[in-house]
Amino acid sequence: MELLEAIILAVLAASTPLLLAASGELLVERAGVLNLGVEGMMIVGAACGFAGAWATGSTLIGALCGILAGVVLSLVFALMTLGLAVNQVATGLALTILGVGVSGLIGAGFVGERIATAPRLYIPGLTTLPFVGKILFGEDAFVYVSLALIIGMSWFLYRTRAGLVLRAIGDNHVSAHALGYPVLKIRTLAVMFGGGCAGLAGAYLPLAYTPFFVPGMTAGRGWIALALVVFASWLPGRLVIGAYLFGAVSILQLHAQGWGVGVPSQLMSALPYLATVVVLVLISRTRSGGSTAPAALGTVFVPDR
Amino acid sequence: MLDSGSGHARSGTVLLQTIGLTKRYGSFLANDAIDIAIRPQEIHALLGENGAGKSTLVKTIYGLIQPSEGDMLWQGEKMVLAGPHDARARGIGMVFQHFSLFDNLTVAENVALGLDGKESFKAMSARLEQVSQQYGLPLDPQREVWQLSVGERQRIEIVRVLMQNPKFLILDEPTAVLTPQEADQLFVVLERLKSEGRAILYISHKLDEVKRLCDTATILRGGKKISTCLPREETAASLARMMVGTEIKQVKAAANRQTTVPRLVVNDLSLAPDEPHGVHLKNISLELKGGEILGIAGVAGNGQDEFFAALSGERLAKDPGTIVIDGHAAGHLSITARRKLGAAFVPEERLGHGTAPRMRLSENALLTGHAASGMVQNGFINTAATLATVDRATASFDVRKAKRDPEAASLSGGNLQKFIVGREILRNPIVLVVSQPTWGVDAGAAAVIRQALLDLAAAGAAILVTSQDLDELADIADRIAVMFHGHLSEPLMTADADRETLGLLMGGSALTPKDVPDAVGA
Repeated sequence: MELLEAIILAVLAASTPLLLAASGELLVERAGVLNLGVEGMMIVGAACGFAGAWATGSTLIGALCGILAGVVLSLVFALMTLGLAVNQVATGLALTILGVGVSGLIGAGFVGERIATAPRLYIPGLTTLPFVGKILFGEDAFVYVSLALIIGMSWFLYRTRAGLVLRAIGDNHVSAHALGYPVLKIRTLAVMFGGGCAGLAGAYLPLAYTPFFVPGMTAGRGWIALALVVFASWLPGRLVIGAYLFGAVSILQLHAQGWGVGVPSQLMSALPYLATVVVLVLISRTRSGGSTAPAALGTVFVPDR
Repeated sequence: MLDSGSGHARSGTVLLQTIGLTKRYGSFLANDAIDIAIRPQEIHALLGENGAGKSTLVKTIYGLIQPSEGDMLWQGEKMVLAGPHDARARGIGMVFQHFSLFDNLTVAENVALGLDGKESFKAMSARLEQVSQQYGLPLDPQREVWQLSVGERQRIEIVRVLMQNPKFLILDEPTAVLTPQEADQLFVVLERLKSEGRAILYISHKLDEVKRLCDTATILRGGKKISTCLPREETAASLARMMVGTEIKQVKAAANRQTTVPRLVVNDLSLAPDEPHGVHLKNISLELKGGEILGIAGVAGNGQDEFFAALSGERLAKDPGTIVIDGHAAGHLSITARRKLGAAFVPEERLGHGTAPRMRLSENALLTGHAASGMVQNGFINTAATLATVDRATASFDVRKAKRDPEAASLSGGNLQKFIVGREILRNPIVLVVSQPTWGVDAGAAAVIRQALLDLAAAGAAILVTSQDLDELADIADRIAVMFHGHLSEPLMTADADRETLGLLMGGSALTPKDVPDAVGA
């Protein structure tokens, strides 16, 4: 029982940065923009988040620094792809390379430093409940924020007019422009939101996951977040399934290796990727009808005036 | 010109007036000092060729484009529009030619996006049903747009505009994609809107429609206003003359054209679509002899693109015998192999399908000519031969371009289409499959292309023409078949194929006895 509880806690911790980064990217892609720079924004968020928390001793300020860093980097992307209509794929890749370099620069002085990890929720009576207590009521704030973000985003996309406009812009920016919607402005806001989410996801790593900063500590999580958005067919609900499934299989395979299952470790390490792809592809097969990707995804829009 | 003893009844208040409206793009004048006046309860036609400045003018009136000079008056007061929402707030509504719809959203969501969002989604949906019933434009608010036919899509656009209760509607070529019957239904709605006191600006280049429907017509040419006239007092020819500036040559078929052996035979071709919104081709059969032109009519999206792909070899049929080119089973052959059998293909889309936009004309000539025209020797390109093709196409088909060998994208639509058709015809094909040969092409170039097709048939080739323009098919085709939902009707002799019959076939309401084996009299 204790082991199971530990595993579930570890799964939540491993899944949260993926969910945070992927939710931001999902909104960006729903607006028709493909930002491949998630990894870069995450790693800068991690470095700045650590720097902020180290300097002030506050997890909250650290998280805000991470968000701000992600937003600033995403604005570079917005300026290039939306303002100057540069190719989104190339800019996104460049953004990742830039992010890795910048984070190394910022983080160089912090390697080897330690900070206190993010505090966990404690509600007397509830958190001390056996088994479910720590899982439901004893997480750090990031876990709750990531779930609130998904719920809020679903509500925004499907229940508000602004969400409808955003989906419309992702579907057909020419029509949206013809109806008088400010395509580039809304896309810029979406990209900034995505940058903030990626920055927060990055900051989660040194603030809550491990209490120190290592260069390259995002270790490809940004790319996984990107893939999750695609395999979740751009639907927030499936994103939760995908992120937690990936987290669960990554943790379980570690334990399985510890128990000495007679499978090569390389194959075990590949399991999370395989399992997530297989499950999400199976889910997608059952959806009938319209295409799932936002039709304007990744295309450049230049309004005529 | 207007109201000068012509008996124009509504000389009252002018609803919308433009004074010297000018739009400049660099040194190019898209609109040059346009004056136009529109009154309530008037259907005002805006006529002109492609590039005459019609779209620029209506986009300016709808607030999408800011004018460089000139004023607009709305009910006598100066109007400056910051954007379409300003136009909508005054009561100006627009139905776009290329629909401004969102395929993956529902009908209700699409309508909501065209409104200013002051009412709840629920109230809006209720009003949507009410308006669509009131005007006889039935719509299911819950369906996603990609599932709907072109006619239904246009209904969404119109209902969306009507829900703003506009005083003034702009319709940009609304009948271009409709069957004749659907167009008639639209005219009933438009007459009703007019009787309710609304003004309509109606863009079209179908002159018969304009004569039938419109009270006034303004003609643009090269960005300038040529005239404002009463279309009922003009003839189609006089209107066309004002639009084009010169007389249009009538195309002429060679007398006593001989039909020879079957050149293109399609045997019971069925093909599932390869993309989610595609059309399933079902049991298509036809036989086309040398010297003959077969027209395929039909509303866009009924399988014409899929049929073209199957004929050209962009998609392969399972059974080689389903497509026979000049006696050879070709259903399994690639495009190149079919070209070597003597077939040539002109797709609908000029840029991106017919040509590579950023490549020179000579390179584009090579792209379809490499198989059978001696342009490649021992694996090397014979540049002289590719350039010679460009020169011959230029000379034979009057292709106008800035230099000898420009990029394809730099040519105007009509000139590029003349080049593409010329490029294929110069290969002396025995089978030519051509899709929408004159779509979006000015009248002069269209006449050249149609004449070239007739001449090629006279030389013994079999030609299959897909077109949505019934007048074009009536001009050049010997027989006409109609494509609907992936079915191809029995071909009718052109003389027997009146608009009524074709329209019914295009709407799917008159299936041939072959399609309905138990039909009475079958």
